[in-house]
Amino acid sequence: MCPRMPVIATLMAAALLSAQGQAAERLGLGRAATRGEIAAWDIDVRPDGLGLPAGEGTIAEGEALWAEKCASCHGDFGEGVGRAPALIGGQGTLAGDRPMRTVGSYWPHVSTLYDYTRRAMPYGDARSLTDNETYALTAYILHLNDLVDAEFVLSRESFGSVALPNAGGFVPDDRLDEPYYRDRATPCMTGCKAEVKIISRASDLDLTPAPAGRPDDLKE
Amino acid sequence: MAATGLGAAARAGGDPLITEVQEWNRKLGDGVGTYAYGMPSPHESHVVRRTLPWLTGDATSSSSFTPLHALEGIITPNGLCFERHHAGIAAIDAAEHRLMIHGLVDTPLVFTMDDLRRFPRQSRILFLECAANTLTEWQAAQVNSCQFTHGMLHCVEYTGVSLRHLLAEAGVRPQAEWLLAEGADAAAMSRSIPIGKALDDCLVAFAQNGEALRPEQGYPLRLCVPGFEGSMWIKWLRRLEVGDKPWGQREETARYTDLMANGRARIFSFEMDVKSVITSPSPDVGVRHGNGPMVVSGLAWSGRGKGLISRVDISLDGGRNWRPAEIEEPSLPMALHRFRAMVEWDGSEVLLQSRAVDGEGYVQPTRAELRAARGTSSIFHNNGIQTWLLRPDGSVENVDVS
Repeated sequence: MCPRMPVIATLMAAALLSAQGQAAERLGLGRAATRGEIAAWDIDVRPDGLGLPAGEGTIAEGEALWAEKCASCHGDFGEGVGRAPALIGGQGTLAGDRPMRTVGSYWPHVSTLYDYTRRAMPYGDARSLTDNETYALTAYILHLNDLVDAEFVLSRESFGSVALPNAGGFVPDDRLDEPYYRDRATPCMTGCKAEVKIISRASDLDLTPAPAGRPDDLKE
Repeated sequence: MAATGLGAAARAGGDPLITEVQEWNRKLGDGVGTYAYGMPSPHESHVVRRTLPWLTGDATSSSSFTPLHALEGIITPNGLCFERHHAGIAAIDAAEHRLMIHGLVDTPLVFTMDDLRRFPRQSRILFLECAANTLTEWQAAQVNSCQFTHGMLHCVEYTGVSLRHLLAEAGVRPQAEWLLAEGADAAAMSRSIPIGKALDDCLVAFAQNGEALRPEQGYPLRLCVPGFEGSMWIKWLRRLEVGDKPWGQREETARYTDLMANGRARIFSFEMDVKSVITSPSPDVGVRHGNGPMVVSGLAWSGRGKGLISRVDISLDGGRNWRPAEIEEPSLPMALHRFRAMVEWDGSEVLLQSRAVDGEGYVQPTRAELRAARGTSSIFHNNGIQTWLLRPDGSVENVDVS
C-alpha cells in the first residue's frame, strides 16, 4: 500500500538516531510504565492484526448491539441518518462526481473498523464496549456490507480471512511529481494568460452565514 | 464616507470628536484589576471565531474558523485560533494528565506534567493548517469569506519539550519506523507519524503565546508536527507508541486521504504545500476609502523543506500580470509569513490574487492546475491561488477565474 514511506522513514531515523546518540543525555525523569497501565491504554489495532485482543463476536450479537447503540445515527442498515456517516454503499462512486466514502467503498483495512469502534464509538459513550462487543459490531458492519455471511464469527483467528474491497485503492503521496511542482520553474510575471474569465462566484450559491459585522460593514 | 464626514465637520468649525470634550477624556475609567484576564475592546467584538452551520451535523465534531481578515502580523491570538475537534473539547486537569511512551523502546515511561517541565524547553513560532482548509473551493468559488475559505489556520509561539528528547529518555529501538500519537479526548484522536519526523523537529507543547495551552488547543499537552497537516498535531496528548509499521487509523485512511479523479486516493500526504491568501482586501473587509493608495496585505506559508517563503507576487488582473510584494519581518521557518504590497487603486474592477514561492522553489499552483491534476473530490490540500473580485463600490467577492 505504501512502498516508499517506510524506506524513507528508516533512513531518516537511522541518521537522526546516530546523530542524537551522542547529543541527548537521559535525565532519568518520569517513571517506568506498569504492564497494567500499558494494557489499559494500548487500544490500537494495526492492519496486520497486531493489537487484536482475545475473544470473538457473532453477527447475531452484533445485530442486537447495533439496534441498541448504533442504528439511531448510522441507520438500521448502516445507511446513515442525517449527517452521520453511512457505513455501507458507495461502490463504484469514487471516480465520479459524488464519491461516497464508506467502509465498503473506501476504507482499506478491517482493523480500522475494530480500532475506531473500540476507541471512539458509540459517539458520546466511548470506551464503553467490551472487546467481544467490539468484535460483534465489527462483524455486523462487515455483514451489512455483504462481506461475510450470517454465520461468520469474528475473532483474532478469523480476522485475516476478510479483506475490504478498496484495500488496493491507495497510492503513496506523489504531489511533487505534479507538473506545476516537478520543474520548480521560475514563475511567469507578465502576459501569463491570454484572457481571464470569471467562471464561478460565491454569490452563485447562498452558503455564507451573515457576518458578525460592525454596523458600517459593507454589504456582501 | 470619510471625505463627506470631514466636509460636514469643516463647515461646522471642526470635527466634534476634536472640538468637544469626550466622556472618556473627562470621567475616570475602570481601575486596575477590573478585568483579571483582559479582553479585547468591546468595539472589536466582531473579531471572533465563526462556524459554518451546514458544514457538519454536530458541533462536537466540527470546525470553527480564524478571523484572518481582522488580524495583523503573523501571530494568532490564543482565543482566535480555529478549532477542529473530533469529539468536543476534553476537560482535563493538568494534575490528572499523564503522558505514556511505550512500544519499541527500552523502557516504557509515564510522565506527569511536572516531569515534563523539568526537561529543557524550546519555543518556536509555528503555523498549523488543517488539511481540509479551503475544502469548500475545490469545485467552484463557494463561500464568500476569507475567514471561511482560509481560516483553518493559526500561527502561535509554542513552548514545550523536544519530542526527540522525550523519546531518547525511553530509548528508541533501531527497528522503529513509525510513532503513534494519541489524545485523551472522547475520539482518542490518533495518527501515525514517520519516526524520522518524530526525531527531527516535533515538539510536545504545553504553552502557546506565553500561557498554558487553551483547552480548545489540547490543554494541557499537544504535539506539534511542524509543516505537517493539523490533524497530526494531536491535542490532549496522552500516549506515544513506537512501532515498525503505521497503524492504519481512521483519521489516516477513511479520512485525511486525498481522493483523485481516477478513484484512487493518496495516503500519508503529510506536508502542507506552499500557499498564500490576501486577507485584506477580502470579502470580509471591503475597501472603504475609495480611489488612491491601498494596502494589500496577506499571509503565505509552506510546510516543505525548511518552511520558508522566498517570494510572494500579487496580480490585479486575475493572473495575467504579476508584481512582487514585500515579505515583512520576521521570516521564520515553519511560520506564517506576512506580505504587503502598496497599490494605487484607480477605482476600477480588480481581480486580486497572491502567489507564493517557498524556500524549495515550489510555486503555488492555480485552482485550474490543481483540478487538472487531481479532480475536485480531494477535500484536502487545496493550496490553489485565491481570487478576490474588488468592485468599484469597494465590495469584494470570492470568484474563480479561468
